[in-house]
Amino acid sequence: MIPAAFDYVVPATVDDAVRELHDAGDEAKVLAGGQSLLPVLRMRLAAPSKIVDIGRITELRGVRDAGDHIVIGATTPHHEVQHNQLVREHALLLALATETVADPQVRHLGTFGGALAHADPAGDLLAPALALDCTFVVAGMDGRHEVPASEFFVDYFTTALRPGELLLEVRVPKYTGWRAHYEKFNRVAQAWSICGVAAAVRVDNGTIAEARVGLTNMSSVPVRARGVEEALVGQQASPEVIKAAAARAVDGTLPTADGNADAEYREHLAKVLTERAVTAACS
Amino acid sequence: MTAVAEPEVGRARLRKEDARLITGRTRWTDNLSLPGMLHLAFLRSPVAHARISKIDTSAAKQKPGVIAVVTGADVAEEQGSLPCAWPITEDIKIPNAPSLAVDEVNFAGEAVAAVVARSAAEAVDALEAIDVEYDELPVVLDMNEALAEGADLVHPELGTNKCATWVFDSAEAGSGGAIDDAIAQADVVLERTFRQQRLIPSFMEPRSVLVDPTGEQITVWSATQIPHILKWMISAVTGVPETKVRVIAPDVGGGFGGKLQVTPEEIITFLMARRLGRPVKWTETRSESMQSAHHGRDQIQKITLAAASDGTLKGLKVELLADMGAYLRLVTPGVPILGAFMFNAIYKMDAYRFECTNVFTNKTPTDAYRGAGRPEATFAIERMMDELAAELGRDPIDLRRQNWIKHEEFPFTTVAGLTYDSGNYEAATAKALELFGYDALRQEQRERRERGDTVQLGIGVSTYTEMCGLAPSRVLGALRYAAGGWEHASIRMLPTGKVEVITGTSPHGQGHETAWSQIVADRLGVPFEDVEVLHGDTAASHKGMDSYGSRSLAVGGTALVMAADRVIEKAKKLAAHMLECSEDDIEFSGGKLTVRGTDKATDIQSVALHAHVAHDLPEGMEASLDSEATFDPENFSYPHGTHLCAVEVDTETGQVKIRSYVCVDDVGTVVNPLIVEGQVHGGVAQGIAQALFEDAVHDESGTLTTGTFADYLLPSAADLPSFVTDRTETPATTNPLGAKGVGEAGTIAATPAVVNAIVDAVRHLGVDDIEMPCTPMRVWRAVHSGTRAEGGPGGEAGGGLGSIDASGGAQ
Repeated sequence: MIPAAFDYVVPATVDDAVRELHDAGDEAKVLAGGQSLLPVLRMRLAAPSKIVDIGRITELRGVRDAGDHIVIGATTPHHEVQHNQLVREHALLLALATETVADPQVRHLGTFGGALAHADPAGDLLAPALALDCTFVVAGMDGRHEVPASEFFVDYFTTALRPGELLLEVRVPKYTGWRAHYEKFNRVAQAWSICGVAAAVRVDNGTIAEARVGLTNMSSVPVRARGVEEALVGQQASPEVIKAAAARAVDGTLPTADGNADAEYREHLAKVLTERAVTAACS
Repeated sequence: MTAVAEPEVGRARLRKEDARLITGRTRWTDNLSLPGMLHLAFLRSPVAHARISKIDTSAAKQKPGVIAVVTGADVAEEQGSLPCAWPITEDIKIPNAPSLAVDEVNFAGEAVAAVVARSAAEAVDALEAIDVEYDELPVVLDMNEALAEGADLVHPELGTNKCATWVFDSAEAGSGGAIDDAIAQADVVLERTFRQQRLIPSFMEPRSVLVDPTGEQITVWSATQIPHILKWMISAVTGVPETKVRVIAPDVGGGFGGKLQVTPEEIITFLMARRLGRPVKWTETRSESMQSAHHGRDQIQKITLAAASDGTLKGLKVELLADMGAYLRLVTPGVPILGAFMFNAIYKMDAYRFECTNVFTNKTPTDAYRGAGRPEATFAIERMMDELAAELGRDPIDLRRQNWIKHEEFPFTTVAGLTYDSGNYEAATAKALELFGYDALRQEQRERRERGDTVQLGIGVSTYTEMCGLAPSRVLGALRYAAGGWEHASIRMLPTGKVEVITGTSPHGQGHETAWSQIVADRLGVPFEDVEVLHGDTAASHKGMDSYGSRSLAVGGTALVMAADRVIEKAKKLAAHMLECSEDDIEFSGGKLTVRGTDKATDIQSVALHAHVAHDLPEGMEASLDSEATFDPENFSYPHGTHLCAVEVDTETGQVKIRSYVCVDDVGTVVNPLIVEGQVHGGVAQGIAQALFEDAVHDESGTLTTGTFADYLLPSAADLPSFVTDRTETPATTNPLGAKGVGEAGTIAATPAVVNAIVDAVRHLGVDDIEMPCTPMRVWRAVHSGTRAEGGPGGEAGGGLGSIDASGGAQ
């Protein structure tokens, strides 16, 4: 299908991009990898008057070490995140979740920041970003500011980004030496998650010293499974402990019903998958 | 002695089509561009049933680049009614089927207006400026409700939602006993109801049509399976003489029956090109395709199987409801009838009764989809055989063996009145069991059950047959089908010794160019590379019945063999003249024509040149070796095979994983094993997809909620196991090639094998059926409720694109 007509601009710098966005008010859309935006445009579910292509702003792409955290640029493609050594060493959970996104073609074009800013509750990167307490760096006409992950995801396809603002990068605290697992449940390989569980643990002598667990598609926004985390911390990583902790996975969730799963089934899945994700992370 | 060349038939040649198809160096319809070409786009109804109270196109006509905007009323005089070629009963109800809706829309996606503009973008933009007011009417969706007393009607003028009822009864036909007697005398009577969910054909290349009215003939390029039928039908619908229409199906990217159609879009594009005097092209979007191109399956099957306590089958009663959708397209009402003769499958029984009621609903019309009627039949009987085995505590293969037609009993006339010419179910099954490791898997299944493993193993069996090679014309006539089932081929012997083959079949991915070249190379003794196969253009291929129903090789290939034999007969006559001997003394072998008992010889190429220059021909001989033939089969062909599927069912999540899949197919003599292998792989993938993934779901308003591939799930290689394929070869006796057809086999066989395996995995947990597609939620619910799981959680789309809210969206 053919999108409605729009103006297309390709700014070279963040400042230019922000100005273009500001000038267009809420009529503009940001184009990064285009893997979500282009279908929306082609199906005419959205008809922005201006597309701001940020693909040529070099500072937005790549992963770097920033001391106590790593920084992932918004336009870094999934493929790069998935294979980046810094990510694998300090934020393994993100690399593992990224491996499950769509298919190789999409992972070469789709971007880390684009997927987060799109905020599809069935997207796989939201729960890990939340569980790992990432920080989102945002630019607007009034300068740059930071938004914690816990405040970034507002509702279905809605983030704390305001019209005229651009997501620049994501800061990920270092979880060096943590173990992780992303348990994705879907019906065909390239489909969105029906439910997903992101788990990262620091195991010390068989004891779970720290745990971080996030849930995909269990509400309109990603959910931090704090009940599960609390039940795990300080405990031996035994099947019984993990099973009991996983039973708390549905605390704070608000699952929806769709063709793949009703709320009851989603809640059941969340528990089963949490048990599996934590077990895999601990082993 | 010259070395005898390796026969072409039986060689696993790479397909000569593939280089151009894989690299995109071909012309699909949408790639074609003509001088002055205009673009057409359709506005489609968002509602399933409504009276059109107003359409205002005035604003759209003012949009940039717009040449014309038409509604149904604007073309009412010209558009006629879309053809239904299969009025299955005398009293069938056939609603008027306009290409553009005039007063009323009957399914969501029905075209209500068309814009023609200078560019495709301008045409799409102008659609948004058309103002339509819909006066909504009650929506009819459920077949049982549609047939109830006082039901809302899809077409009030017909007075009913019942389209037709078609009956076959073995007692009436004289092919068997009375079903009521069989049931009364049986020790075991099993009754089940299965739902064949609605499927969307999902061919790779979306439909596209380009019409050039500037010549003396109006030329229609279309991504169609049926250029010859389309030419006839365009003429019938529009009144334009058939001599003034030329149809070309260029390379076509898949069809699976989905392009066995005369579409509203083809008719409207044709009318607009003619009206405007300029070439007009329309290409659909994927969303349009899913909503408005015809769907497949959609039946409710009530099956009663009667047997003796020792497992001997006594009788089978089939009561079907078949969803026609809103209109009868080309063969819509006949699709379930293609299954009518197949429910008894490979089994012997005393009595059989089939009754199908076709029902109108406010949904996209259904029509042929890979297998068309036969997958539905095979699913029902193969599921029932597993249920009977469970009921009697028998091994499902053992029970089948007891009841199937033995290889020495062929030819065998079935209780449905068909005569199966050949088959060897024992051989195919034995081979499949060995490849599968059946006993070891049964052992593992027992162990998993005993230790209460959360992952249970199930084994599914499907010993299918099908009737294909469509079709004997006299049988089609008896079934009230409006056309014949013959096929045509001709061969041109060119002066350089090269050979042009013209076939009436219309390949759209099957590889006919390769296979036909192999057949002709063998038959005429010419190099494979010297044969060119022409097809799909009614100006070159003037006569044909096109490709569907696994017919091309068994019927079209036979016509080709007959034409080749006629070339040889002419060549012998001329060679005898050239070599100064009696025609009876000429021997033809491997392209050489030799005087018996001598070394005097010539070859087919020299004879072709001799005929072409025509300087010295025998008395009364025409200056040509060219020949043609039309073959009308005496019987259908009956491929069969044994498919075995092992699944692992995760009882905690309901997820089904196919552990192994073995199929041994008997498609008769094989021309190209590589092509057969490809057909089986694709067919099995589509059959598995019905069992596990695909489902066209409508919400209560009649809106298709699985309208994108984000929600309508198709498996990719990542979701499927590595198939183990093998063959037995029992040649068909009804054609000289011995070929039976393979296009639909995998799809027909696979679906019940998978569902049988899933049910087998969890039967000990109290489950005896799971509705298709066997989604994780349905399987989980069946396991945990220990009963049959029906229905879904409602019609909303899943995550992803299908649920994107335009007001939110990416920033």
